[in-house]
Amino acid sequence: MSTPTDTAPKPTRIAPIVTPDAKSFWAAADEERFVGQKCGDCGRFTFPPRPMCPHCHSLKREEVELSGYGTVHSWTVPRHPHPFGFREAPVVAVIQLDEGIRMVSNVVGVAPEDMKMDMAVEVGFEPTMNNHKVPVFKPRAQ
Amino acid sequence: MTRTFTEAAIAGIGATEFSKESGRSELQLAAECSLAACEDAGVNPQDIDGMITFTIDNSDEIGLARCLGVKDLAYTTRIPGGGAAAAATIYQAMALVNAGLCKNVLIWRAMNERSQYRFGQNPNNMQGYTGGHGTGSLLWCIPYGAMTPASWGALQGARYMHTYGISNRDLGYVSVQQRAYAATNPKAWFYERPITLEDHQNSKWIQEPWLRLLDCCQESDGGVAILVTSLERARDLKQPPVKIAGACQSIPYNVEVISNYYHDDLTVMPEAWGTAKRLYAQTGFKPTDMQAAMIYDAFTPQVLMQLEAFGFCGKGEGAAFVKSGALAIDGQLPTNTHGGLLGEAYIHGMNSMAEGVRQVRGSAVNQVKDVTNVLVSSGMAGAILSKA
Repeated sequence: MSTPTDTAPKPTRIAPIVTPDAKSFWAAADEERFVGQKCGDCGRFTFPPRPMCPHCHSLKREEVELSGYGTVHSWTVPRHPHPFGFREAPVVAVIQLDEGIRMVSNVVGVAPEDMKMDMAVEVGFEPTMNNHKVPVFKPRAQ
Repeated sequence: MTRTFTEAAIAGIGATEFSKESGRSELQLAAECSLAACEDAGVNPQDIDGMITFTIDNSDEIGLARCLGVKDLAYTTRIPGGGAAAAATIYQAMALVNAGLCKNVLIWRAMNERSQYRFGQNPNNMQGYTGGHGTGSLLWCIPYGAMTPASWGALQGARYMHTYGISNRDLGYVSVQQRAYAATNPKAWFYERPITLEDHQNSKWIQEPWLRLLDCCQESDGGVAILVTSLERARDLKQPPVKIAGACQSIPYNVEVISNYYHDDLTVMPEAWGTAKRLYAQTGFKPTDMQAAMIYDAFTPQVLMQLEAFGFCGKGEGAAFVKSGALAIDGQLPTNTHGGLLGEAYIHGMNSMAEGVRQVRGSAVNQVKDVTNVLVSSGMAGAILSKA
């Protein structure tokens, strides 16, 4: 007897390449938590994660839950070559997070022709190969 | 050897043919173009004492030195940042000569980037994204399907194009101009193959809705080498000396060569603004002192953003500047007169450095009249090459 999990298509997205300084970001994503790096001394956010705060040079890193809200700062649809691991060409975007940092991600649930710069988005998660998850963004619920 | 400040000059340039399948090893391409640069200058390759290339060049300096019979190498270094290294090689060679540390610095870049591996395709390993090449943030792009230089370049260009209302058709004017130059350059892959704006608009989307195929540089096999020596010595060599009037790198905070999404304002290339500021301060020149420019053209929007950074036009005016015919041979700023990386070949920007040298020498196929100064830019680095 087959169960839904047996028939669900296996994720084909490439798993993130995890560097030591980004380990907690990706570990949180696996648990569907969206965390950012905040300086334990001056309180400022940095992305990508790094061992030292560029503002006050503190080594105290705090992993804090981010709001998950942001806007689309830039976006593109890679048509050729077709990106490895995607059934349909994804919308790739630079997301400006409300915390003032940016990251590259995908916008899901929107057709390319409906994409707009500065559209409001919120975080979600999608599975990858090898049982990992990555944060992606969808139009923000009104 | 006493170490006094010594003016530097480019004495030799050399290249292999530019193709899609060289049929020989990258080391052989490196050796051939290096020998050609030495012969062009009239310098014995055995007397090379400095060697510079890109971090991602696959040939070993020792392997190449063994081919050339280099007797006593005094200095080697490699530059990160992919194609941003192009003008940086000239900068660092200049610095070595200026400091009195080397007499004959060989710069090379040789690759089978079409027949052996392809920069334009999805990666088949993660080697280039794991540090040491100045491109470590690309790791954050890969799981999202941004796997090619065009995808990274589009994310960079999109915000700029959106902000200033620049359409893909507007970008086409860059491609048409450069292919017109390539069409009259027998060394160019696209020799005798000019394009129209309609050809540009009919080419397939690579990054929708920003970049079409004809907005993208080629993938090429080939090698280019440059020999840098003192201005004084260059005067006694075979070619008219090309003085390196100024050269610099600029890597502002939070800027990265292509995964460049973390600095404040994505409608500008802060690295090119920084390069411009340093170059003009170093030389006392201003934009109107340049008679031609060779500008790194991996993708067309980056040409517009550099034209703005170097002050040839105002912010957001790059597209209108190009549309006015400014980059043509009789225009305000003849640019990429060999056809650029779109039209001639993609030897990681080094073929554009060589074209800058030819324009100063007066030996270019598409020669600009009365050239005294040429700007060569690879965004994060630049140089002004001048008549001595």
